[in-house]
Amino acid sequence: MLFTRARLFALSVTLLLAACGGSSDSETRVEVGNREGVFHFGNHSEPQGLDPHIVTGVPEHHILGALFEGLVTKNPYDLSIEPGVAESWEISDDGKMYTFHLRDNAKWSNGDPVTAEDFRWSWQRGMSPILGGEYSYMYNPIENAEAYNSGQMADFSQVGVKVLDDYTLQVKLAAPTPYFLQLLDHYSMFPVHRATIEKFGSPDDRLTQWAQEGNIVTNGAFVLTEWQINSHLRVEKSPLYWDADEIKLNAIVFYPTENLVTEERMFRDGQLHRTEEIPLDKLIAYQTEQPEITRVEPWIGSYFYMFNTTREPLTDVRVRKAIAMAIDRELIAETVTQGLYIKSTALVPPGTVGYNPPKTFDFNPEEARQLLAEAGYPNGEGFPPMDILYNTHEDHRKIAVAIQQMLAQNLNIQVNLVNQEWKVYLDSHNNMNYDIARRGWIGDYVDPYTFLNMYITDGGNNKTGFSNARYDDIILNLAPAELDRDKRYALYHEAETILLENMPILPIFTYQYKHLFATSVKGMPDNIMGYYNYKYVYLEPEA
Amino acid sequence: MWRFIGFRILQAIPVILAVITVTFFLVRAAPGGPFDSEKAVSEQVKAALEARYRLDQPMYEQYLSYLGDLLQGDMGPSFYYPGRSVNDLIFQGLPITAELGLYALLIALIIGCAAGVFAALKPNTVQDYLPMSVAMIGICMPSFLLGPLLVLIFGIWLDVMPVSGWGQTMGDKVLPSITLGAMYAAYIARLSRSGMLEVMNQDYLRTARAKGLPERTVVLRHALRGGLLPVISFLGPAFAALLSGSFVVETVFQIPGLGRFYIQAAFNRDYTMILGTTVFLSTLIVIFNLLSDIVAAWLNPRLRYQFRQ
Repeated sequence: MLFTRARLFALSVTLLLAACGGSSDSETRVEVGNREGVFHFGNHSEPQGLDPHIVTGVPEHHILGALFEGLVTKNPYDLSIEPGVAESWEISDDGKMYTFHLRDNAKWSNGDPVTAEDFRWSWQRGMSPILGGEYSYMYNPIENAEAYNSGQMADFSQVGVKVLDDYTLQVKLAAPTPYFLQLLDHYSMFPVHRATIEKFGSPDDRLTQWAQEGNIVTNGAFVLTEWQINSHLRVEKSPLYWDADEIKLNAIVFYPTENLVTEERMFRDGQLHRTEEIPLDKLIAYQTEQPEITRVEPWIGSYFYMFNTTREPLTDVRVRKAIAMAIDRELIAETVTQGLYIKSTALVPPGTVGYNPPKTFDFNPEEARQLLAEAGYPNGEGFPPMDILYNTHEDHRKIAVAIQQMLAQNLNIQVNLVNQEWKVYLDSHNNMNYDIARRGWIGDYVDPYTFLNMYITDGGNNKTGFSNARYDDIILNLAPAELDRDKRYALYHEAETILLENMPILPIFTYQYKHLFATSVKGMPDNIMGYYNYKYVYLEPEA
Repeated sequence: MWRFIGFRILQAIPVILAVITVTFFLVRAAPGGPFDSEKAVSEQVKAALEARYRLDQPMYEQYLSYLGDLLQGDMGPSFYYPGRSVNDLIFQGLPITAELGLYALLIALIIGCAAGVFAALKPNTVQDYLPMSVAMIGICMPSFLLGPLLVLIFGIWLDVMPVSGWGQTMGDKVLPSITLGAMYAAYIARLSRSGMLEVMNQDYLRTARAKGLPERTVVLRHALRGGLLPVISFLGPAFAALLSGSFVVETVFQIPGLGRFYIQAAFNRDYTMILGTTVFLSTLIVIFNLLSDIVAAWLNPRLRYQFRQ
C-alpha cells in the first residue's frame, strides 16, 4: 500500500521535474533584453527602500536615479552638470544665491506638474529633524539648513529655500559652495510627491507605505512596475517624463546579487547585462581573456588605516610615520590585491577633478627605523603589543597579514590581527576602542571636501583624536568661502599636507570598481563616481 | 490521545516564551546597533531614529510592548526595511521557501527511502555498501559545494538548466530542489536502512514469510510500516528546518526565500526581524515535532496503546 503511494509520489515528482525541466537553447535573457530594450542590472543587494530621503546605499542610488530626477543631472562622460527638472539657473556673483527656472512640462508619474513648491516641501521633509534621514547633512550648504535639521530652528521660512513662482526656486547658501550643483543630483535632494506621502501618513514618519509598489509616485524617466523583494525590481519607461523621446531603454530590471560568485555565473549564463562585482580570483582571467567586457577603473574612494592617536605609543607622530613608511604599498597592490587597488599615499584620491593630493612620504624602511629609534624604540625594542582591527573580510585579512609581515620585517615590531563582524567593528570604531583600524571612504561628490571634512576636530567621522586649529580653519572657514578653484585647491592641499604631516591616518590604496558589462551595452562610460545616467544608455545587439 | 496533545501544547508555551525572551535580550546585548553605519550620523538623527523604533524606552518596556504586539500577531516594523513589517517580509518569503522545501523533501523521501530499503534487503553486500557510501558522501557534501557544482555541470557546461532564479525561467526550480534535497535524502537513506534492518528480524515478519507470502509483499506490506518509523520522526524537525529556509541554497540560486532574510537580519541588527524569524522558526519546530509524534503514535500500535492507558 505504502509502496504504491510512494510510486505515485515518484511519478508525480518525475512529471513535475519534467514539466519545469526546460532547456536553454532558446535566447538568453540578455539577448531578449537587447531586442526589447530591457536592461538586466546586477545590483548587489536588496534596496532598503525607495524613499530618497531615508535610504543610504549604492544599490538604492542605482534605482532612485531611474525613478526620480533632481533639479540637475550629470553627463556620465565628464560629470559636468546638465539640466534636469530645472532647465536653467543663475548664480549670483558672490556664489551664494542660486535661482532655478523649472521646466513647465516636468510631470509626476500620476500626471501632476512638478513645481518649485514640490522642491521646497520635499527639502523641508529631507531636512526634518524627526524623519532622521542619514544623508540630511547634504543640505548643510543651504543657509540655516543645519540649524533646522538639528532642531535648533523650528521655522522653515528662515531656511534659504524660497518659491518665487510655480516654476522658479531660489536657494540661498551659507557660503559659496562650488560643488553645490553636484549635490542636487544626489537622491537625498530629489523631490517627492507630497499628496502621496500625506495619503499614507505623516511626512516625518519613515515607516509609512508610500514608497511601496503600487503606491509610489515618481518624476523620473522610469516608473516602478514590479518589486519582488530579494528577487528583482523592475522599472519601465515613463510616458509622462518630459524628455521621454530621448529615453532609449524600455525597462531596467535590478537584481539583488549579493553572492558575487552567483552573479558572475548569471552573467555567464546570459542573465545580466552588468554585474556589480567580479570575484577577485577570476579578475585576471577576465582581464586577459575577455578585456572587452571587463571594467576595472579608479573610483573616488580611499582604503586606509586609522591610528588611535590617544593611545601610547601612537601618540607619538614619529611612531605613526615609521609605521606608514614601513609599508610597501606597491608590493601589496600587485601581489595581494592583484592590481585591483592602486597604491596611495594621501587621503584624497588623485584626479578628483583637477586636485592632486600632496606627497609627503613614501616607502622608506631606513627612515622608518630611524624614526622609530628616535621615538625610543631602536630596532623595535620595547615596542608594546598592538592590534590591527579590520571588519571580517577575506581581502582585508590578506592586506592586514601583508602589513603585519612588513612591520615585523622592516621595524621588528609585532602587531596582532583582530577581525570583527561589521556591526561590532563599527561599534569599536565609533567608541575609539582600537589601536589601528581599517577604514574605507567613498566620496559623496567630486570635491576634496568630501574626504577632508572627516578630520575636523571632534568630527563625527574623525575618531582618531586628531585635532589641528589651522586644519579646522581651512576646512570650515577659508576653503568654503573661496570662490576661485585654484586658490581653494591650494587651501585643500595645505590642509591635506597638515593631515599627512600629523598622520592620524595611514593611506594605503585608492579603490577601483570592477564590473562585467555585456558588449551590447552602450552609453555607460567609466567615470570616477561610477555614475550612470540612464538617459544615455542603449542596447545594441550584435549583428 | 487528546490529553497527550493538550499537554504537549501547554509544554510548548514556556519554550516559545523562553526563546522570545532570550533572543530579545541577546540581540540587544550584541555590540553594534541597527543604526550604526560607516558614516557618522548626527545626534539628532540618531535620537529621531531611536525614538521612532522605541529604542529610547527602558529595556523592560520595550520587551513588554513587543510581547503585547506579538500576542496580537504583530511582529513589528522591520528596522532595516523602512515601511515594511516583519509579518509582510516573512509571509512574502514563506511560500517560496515552502515550495522549495516541499520539492526538496519529496526528492529526499523518494531517493532516501528507496536507497535505504534497497540497502537493508541485502545487508553487508555491494547492494548495501554502494548506496550507503553515496549517502555518506551526500551527508558530508555541503550545499555550498553541491549547488555550485550542479550549476557548473548542468548550467554552464551542459547548458541545460538555468543557473539561478525561482519561477523566472523554465526549469529554474530543479537544481535548487535537488541541492537542498540531497542532504536530507542521505539522512533518510541511513535512517530507513537501520529502521528496516531492525524490523526485518522481527517475529511478525518470520510469521509472514512462514505463511507463504512472497518476499515483495512481506517487505512492502509488513516491513515498511515499522521500518520507516525513524524516518517519520525525522520528518517533523526536517520539514521545520526546510521551512525556515536555507540561506546557502537561496543565496547560491538567487531565491527570494526566508533563509536570506534570516541571515541578513542578523548582520543588519534588524532586531524585530531577528526576533520575528526566530519566533517563527521555533514555533514551527515545536509544531512539527508535535505532529511527527502524533503520526508516529498513529503508526505504532504500542505507543497508541500507552496513550489509551
